This record gives sequence, structure tokens and C-alpha cells, in this order.
Amino acid sequence: MTQEPVIETTGLTKRYGHVEAVKQLALRVRGGRITGFLGRNGAGKSSTIKMLLGMSHPTAGTGRVLGRTIDDPRASRDLRAHVAYVAEDKQTYGYMTVVEMIAFTRSFYKDWRPDAERRLLEQFELPRSRKVKALSKGMRTKLALLLALARRPELLILDEPSEGLDPVSIEELLRSLVGATAEGTTVFFSSHQISEVERIADHVCMLDHGRLVVDASLDAIRRDYRRVDIGFAERPPDCDWPADAISSVRTNGRQVTIMARHNVDAIVERAYSAGAVSVESSAVSLRELFLDSVASATSAAGPT
Amino acid sequence: MRFKVSPAAAQPLYVQLTQQIRHAIDTGVLQPGDVLPGIRTLAEELVVSPNTVVKAYADLEHEGLLEIRQGSGAFVAGRRPTRAKSDRVRHAQERVRALVERLQSEGFDEEEIQRLVEAELFYRVPNAKP
Repeated sequence: MTQEPVIETTGLTKRYGHVEAVKQLALRVRGGRITGFLGRNGAGKSSTIKMLLGMSHPTAGTGRVLGRTIDDPRASRDLRAHVAYVAEDKQTYGYMTVVEMIAFTRSFYKDWRPDAERRLLEQFELPRSRKVKALSKGMRTKLALLLALARRPELLILDEPSEGLDPVSIEELLRSLVGATAEGTTVFFSSHQISEVERIADHVCMLDHGRLVVDASLDAIRRDYRRVDIGFAERPPDCDWPADAISSVRTNGRQVTIMARHNVDAIVERAYSAGAVSVESSAVSLRELFLDSVASATSAAGPT
Repeated sequence: MRFKVSPAAAQPLYVQLTQQIRHAIDTGVLQPGDVLPGIRTLAEELVVSPNTVVKAYADLEHEGLLEIRQGSGAFVAGRRPTRAKSDRVRHAQERVRALVERLQSEGFDEEEIQRLVEAELFYRVPNAKP
């Protein structure tokens, strides 16, 4: 079955003055999954999300979310009925109490589910009559999550949802995202926390300096990605490594370290035929891949 | 029955889960007719994507170890059709190992043996004579 991606962008670019926050982004997010949008602070994650939601205009490029063009005001209004968004700053009306805020939001949506509202209100232990502005950061996140999940949206986009939460609240947040996916919601969440992406995501998109540096399924990373350390007894020869299988090659004295995306056997074979004296391959954690991708993107962008 | 997956391990999470369920069936901790947790329940318990559980259950159903009944969940299957197959695979592996050892004793190295096997499997042209 060929399915249109839930999110698809081509050449998406955002420039603020001289700063290019998002560069030529080609993002594809498939439905029914959890996709982690990983990057350092300032990598361009929020800028991308705001463009996807029609809250900011792309400088160049286009995109579609649930089949609707992102830079079209009418399509964007229509899109809001199907997409729920949990913002980083969780802007809500501070003067309302928790129950007033819920009742206010409920009135906008035909697909509101009172049973989900009750369940989440109880699960999150939100103080019903407290004013929103008096809530802790964790409580505000939970309220925003409740308002999003009580609608069973087709797509749930969250910008750094775990920011400022304690470990117990993070656990509840991740569990809610998993539960939403089980109900058929596609989840796209940005984060700079590698461990939470590693736990719940099916797919990871890594952004660095506005560019997509990794776009892979977690299954593929665990199964196929390997770090290969190759030792030579003399200066390493110039080798013709299979380029499509490799994400980076680093030489350090007589040792060459290769990050391979697949086809490790071919790399090992090539290393031995080039005269390698030792070859060792080991699994690559998401953290290692992240640090490697960020480092190689920085060195590729910088002067040689 | 409690399961555990390790996000830092080098194996896909669904493979880890598949192995644990298979092991539980092999040891008799899970027995024919036992019900496995629902997809959402297990995903929330392990805090993993529901797709992880779906893939694990689907693989085990394919192996004949689980039965998925629409609307009532996953059960441990009564029959064990994979046993005979796994015995045959083990036997074949022993014969391949013996052959590899013999070729090595005749002076072929690993790479040469690998190339010979690959040539037989992938690059063989029927009836081609040089």
C-alpha cells in the first residue's frame, strides 16, 4: 500500500535576517508512527514546526501536512481541526482555572471525547480549580497534553514536551504518547533528549544547523548501523569505501573509524584487502550517531 | 508475565520482545492457550511504540507460536510446528560447519570460502562453461 506521508516538505527554508535557521529541508513523516525530531537547541526544530503549522511563512520551499499545503491560510485553518499542537511555551489563558480552560477548549471541537477528558484529568492529577498561571511547568504540559489528546487528533505535534519536567512526569508523558499512537494518532515530537527518542520513537529525524543529518528507523539503526575501527600497521592507504553505506570516515594516526549505515561485511572485506591488521565492528547507539552526525555536519560546513 | 526491553541494546526492540516471548514459551512460563497483553497495554507498560508490539506479535504468529484472534487478542498457539524446522536448520548448520572446516584444512581461507559459497548461491549461470 502506498501511503502519502503525513508530513512532507521540499526545500523548506527559513531565514531570519542573515541567519538561515532551516536549510533546504526535505522531511517525510509517515503515518501511524512515532517520529522523534532530534537536534540541539537552536538547530531549527521549532522554526520547522511553526512552518508546518502555518504559524510562520517559509522563506523558500513548500510542504504538505495531512495533504494540505502549509503556506495557505485557508488550508491551514482547516488543518487545525485535524492536528493538535503542544507548544514549547504552552500558551494558555492564565486567568482561567483548569476546568474553565478545558470547557473553553472543548467548545471548539466537535470530536471532543468526554471519556478521554475524564480519564486524563484523573491520571494527570490536575488541580481542577487552580488558575492556569499558577500551575507548575509540568502541570501546564499535562494540561496542554490533555487538551490535545481529548480530541483524538490525526496528528499530534509536540515541541520539546519534556522540557522542564521531572522524571515521573516524563514517564507519564511518554506513556501518553504511546497510548495516543495505539489509538491511531501519528506523533511527531521534537526533543534534544536522546534517551526519550530512543525509547518510544519508531523513526528519528536529526536536524543540525537547519539541515537534516539523519533520517532513519530505530530498527535499522539498531540492526544495521555499525562503527568499524580499522587498524593499519602503516599510514592508512586511500581506500575506496562503498560511499552509499557510510555516514562518516575519520582517520586518527594509523586507525580509521567508519560509521556504516549498512553493508558492514563489504567494508570489512575491503579493509582486509587494503592491508588492515585489525578490524573491529561494534553497535552504534543513538547518542553516538547523534554526536557523530553533528560533528561531521559542522566540519563539512566549516572551512577546510 | 513481565517483559523488558533495553533501548540501548544493538537489537531492534521488537526482536528483543520476540526473543523473550519465545523463551517464555520454550521454558513453559507461557503455555498453549495463555493470553498475551493487548498491544496498547503492553506498549504502555514497556513505554515503547505500539508498532514494536505489533511487529513482535506478527513475527511470532508467522512462526506459528502465537495465534491472533481478531478482537480477542494474542494467544499462545497449541501446536509447535517450528520445532521440526529448527532441528533441521541445526542439522544443516552442523554439515556446513564440517564442510568449512575441511576446506580450511585444505588451505582455503575464510574469504575464499565465502566467495565460493556466494558464487554458488548468487552468481551461478546455469550450464555456463568457460
